[in-house]
Amino acid sequence: MFANCIDRFRALLLSILLLSCLVVPALAGPFEDSVAKFATDDFSDTEAAIGEVAASGNALASPIISALQDGRLSADPDSKKVFITQADGKIVDAATGAAVDKLPDNAAAVRLNNRLRRTVEAALGGLTLLSPDPAKRLAAAQSVFKSHEENLLPTVEGALAKESVKPIKQAFAEARAAIILFKSDASDSDKLDAVAVLKARGDQEALALLTSLGTDQPPLVAKAAAGAVSSIQSNLAMWSMVQNAWYGLSLGSVLLLAAIGLAITFGVMGVINMAHGEMVMIGAYTTFVVQEVIRTRYPALFDYSLLIAVPLAFVVAGFIGVLIERTIIRFLYGRPLETLLATWGLSLVLQQAVRTAFGPTNREVGNPSWMSGAFELGQITITYNRLWILCFTLAVFAILLAMLRYTALGLEMRAVTQNRRMAASMGIATSRVDALTFGLGSGIAGIAGVALSQIDNVSPNLGQSYIIDSFMVVVFGGVGNLWGTLVGAFTLGIANKFLEPMAGAVLGKIAILVLIILFIQKRPRGLFALKGRAVEA
Amino acid sequence: MLTQLTHKITTMTRRRALAATAGLVLGLAASSSFAPAQAADDTIKVGILHSLSGTMAISETTLKDTILFLIDEQNKKGGVLGKKLEPVVVDPASNWPLFAEKARELITKDKVAVVFGCWTSVSRKSVLPVFKELNNILFYPVQYEGEESERNVFYTGAAPNQQAIPAVDYLMKEEKVKRWVLAGTDYVYPRTTNKILEAYLKSKGVAQDDIMINYTPFGHSDWQTIVADIKKFGSAGKKTAVVSTINGDANVPFYKELGNQGIKATDIPVVAFSVGEEELAGIDTKPLLGHLAAWNYFESIKTPANEKFIKEWQAYTKNPKRVTNDPMEAHYIGFNMWVKAVEKVKSTDPDKVIDALPGIEAPNLTGGTSKMLPNHHITKPVFIGEIKGNGQFDVVWKTPGLVAGDAWSKELEGSKDLIGDWVGKKCGNYNTKTNKCGGQGS
Repeated sequence: MFANCIDRFRALLLSILLLSCLVVPALAGPFEDSVAKFATDDFSDTEAAIGEVAASGNALASPIISALQDGRLSADPDSKKVFITQADGKIVDAATGAAVDKLPDNAAAVRLNNRLRRTVEAALGGLTLLSPDPAKRLAAAQSVFKSHEENLLPTVEGALAKESVKPIKQAFAEARAAIILFKSDASDSDKLDAVAVLKARGDQEALALLTSLGTDQPPLVAKAAAGAVSSIQSNLAMWSMVQNAWYGLSLGSVLLLAAIGLAITFGVMGVINMAHGEMVMIGAYTTFVVQEVIRTRYPALFDYSLLIAVPLAFVVAGFIGVLIERTIIRFLYGRPLETLLATWGLSLVLQQAVRTAFGPTNREVGNPSWMSGAFELGQITITYNRLWILCFTLAVFAILLAMLRYTALGLEMRAVTQNRRMAASMGIATSRVDALTFGLGSGIAGIAGVALSQIDNVSPNLGQSYIIDSFMVVVFGGVGNLWGTLVGAFTLGIANKFLEPMAGAVLGKIAILVLIILFIQKRPRGLFALKGRAVEA
Repeated sequence: MLTQLTHKITTMTRRRALAATAGLVLGLAASSSFAPAQAADDTIKVGILHSLSGTMAISETTLKDTILFLIDEQNKKGGVLGKKLEPVVVDPASNWPLFAEKARELITKDKVAVVFGCWTSVSRKSVLPVFKELNNILFYPVQYEGEESERNVFYTGAAPNQQAIPAVDYLMKEEKVKRWVLAGTDYVYPRTTNKILEAYLKSKGVAQDDIMINYTPFGHSDWQTIVADIKKFGSAGKKTAVVSTINGDANVPFYKELGNQGIKATDIPVVAFSVGEEELAGIDTKPLLGHLAAWNYFESIKTPANEKFIKEWQAYTKNPKRVTNDPMEAHYIGFNMWVKAVEKVKSTDPDKVIDALPGIEAPNLTGGTSKMLPNHHITKPVFIGEIKGNGQFDVVWKTPGLVAGDAWSKELEGSKDLIGDWVGKKCGNYNTKTNKCGGQGS
């Protein structure tokens, strides 16, 4: 309610300023004075300056305010001069538009807080409604939808009439509806139409607008709004099921990715590999190193950094895996307890080694542009990074499956794990195959690290948080069966995400663990038990 | 580099410790009533009890380096009471029972005069009996849930009324927030802080329906559901904010998910109590522009003392990018207070120093002077900072003066009558209603 008043007051202020500017022709003097207010480093002065500049009608208003939004507006506190750094790196004086060679030494970016950022968005929305750039018009329509400032109604209506691009026209219509809904002197029928438009939009923002409508509405409108709210809510509740399913798939893909390497080293080879998580961590750190090199040497390649990191992580982690197998694990085959202790010790050694080399704090791994952000599908938000990780996981799984099935190495691996002595009799160098299998499992863990670096911390502890989950997935799915791992991961992911909204994250996790314990009691060999010699061995 | 240094120190300490044991055998200093620091030789030993491995190493390693740096600076000035300070570093490895063991080792074997250490409340609770039994001093530098005042502990981090309450006040006044999400990691600090905040919000007229409380396990990494819930909760037409007591590693995926799902600080601001410059060093902060943190110190605060501290710190660590943070400043204040108290009583005897500490003043890095209070908490200014694109904070608000730390929260039913007063009442939980010591808390 109170926020509403403030918004209205700001709207009033803007409209008064607009009017005063219509009366007094825009002179250089007042505009320069307004711009100079940016240089006082005081939030209330900056707010006043935004209002005055936005209302000035000056051609520089839009560049100034968008520069302010992007942090490209800087001010010199001594001379009170304000400068715009343009996108191409050129610098102009904000008050006059004259080019400047370089920023003064003590010029600093004009500071904003959240309240001002909202003011800037609203002002920019008003200024760019008629921009020739369709993307800007869409953004402007959306920001007007949020701010629903009354004085922008004529501009919005004008823009709506001129607009030819369909989605933008829709956005303008919704912005207009939002304004009319909050306009005190709009007629009932206009308001009812507005409610209908918002109901058709049907998302959370529309819901927010409708629920924030005050109690001082005419009864007819209030009733329609209440009806729209409940209809949107029931619609959203249905979508939330879809959303949970998607989140489950996404969590499942992360579990699968983390577990898939373990499905080889533990599932296929039977090595209880506690250092599996550290292979994931090494993959993540490989990504970090690749990005560091790219950042300092070839910044243009940044978007490809992950593509470069994937094969490198495979090689690095795979190599370390082969090394571990040759130096430690091969002496411990058939002694699961010793293997467990040795690999666990190894995991601590690897963690501390990374901590010494890279420091104990998190390392920054950036998201390439194609992995940032989200898109809307119906009423759910799908983030690109999760989507790509799901695709990537399925691709890795398919390649691995094909490799085991159709390549000579795959054939040898299956032969050795099914019956080592017979395979040896057939002329297969079993110890070489062991090393390569372990290397393959570790390499795939490394690849998982590249993907996980996009959604999690890159710290020496990265691996630890995945090792329990990975074992859970492999055991649940059935040791030695890749398909079991796939089904196990997605089952656990989806079950987790449907339990979480009901029971909370902490209880949800406990519930999953209890369910798995019960399940293992019933089926000790997991979902898809492997039949044959390997089981008895 | 630093690890080598640590190693050198530990081996050196071990050698000294051996010498001390030999001394004991010879019957030189067999009595435990002997002042510890005089037992060994002509240095004063300072214990450092911070995890250098395990999950908490990410935060605590820096604090170990901070104390080493402060000791180094003090020794350049000639030490304390004409003696050099000698650091004794141990690694409790993020393992709570090991904290108690290592604390005992520091006090009985190394005979340290004071200990700087701990991060999590669990580790502090684990060492409390040891410090009581062996009568030594612990300086605890991290913001915590309050509800405690112990004779042997000095709390230089923020109590809830020095961080959480002012942050909520800011959101109410400046951002006009009406709906609140209290999100935290599931352990004692977030649970108690949220209990205090819930009581405070209700006392300000916030309805139960407008408060959503959510806990997640340590190291939670899949935030999709919770971020979607926050978005849904925020679409009820009232201005919504998230108060985050999410700890450590879980923050990075949380902020990444917020950024990816397009929740901007202008829509739903998040104010965090455990996210500082160190934590942000691992994230691309551009999508987080405008999200908030409440602390008693920010690296970006421009004062001559702070600029000098940062410069010397970066020179000491030989890393021009090394950041500073709030618990580091707490150690800076605590260390200087201890030095002043020792110089005042001309002794490192824990009893004398404990009695001398209340009332001692030491400059903080933000231009004020902090004072040790009778309840063993200190006065601190409170700042609200907004995350900038470069991983630093821009201070957008601060309390007009210094805020005195409350050991016992005034918002909770069980503790509002309690005070800690180790000067007049000699009691950590004095009940002002019944005028009795030992009035139970919650």
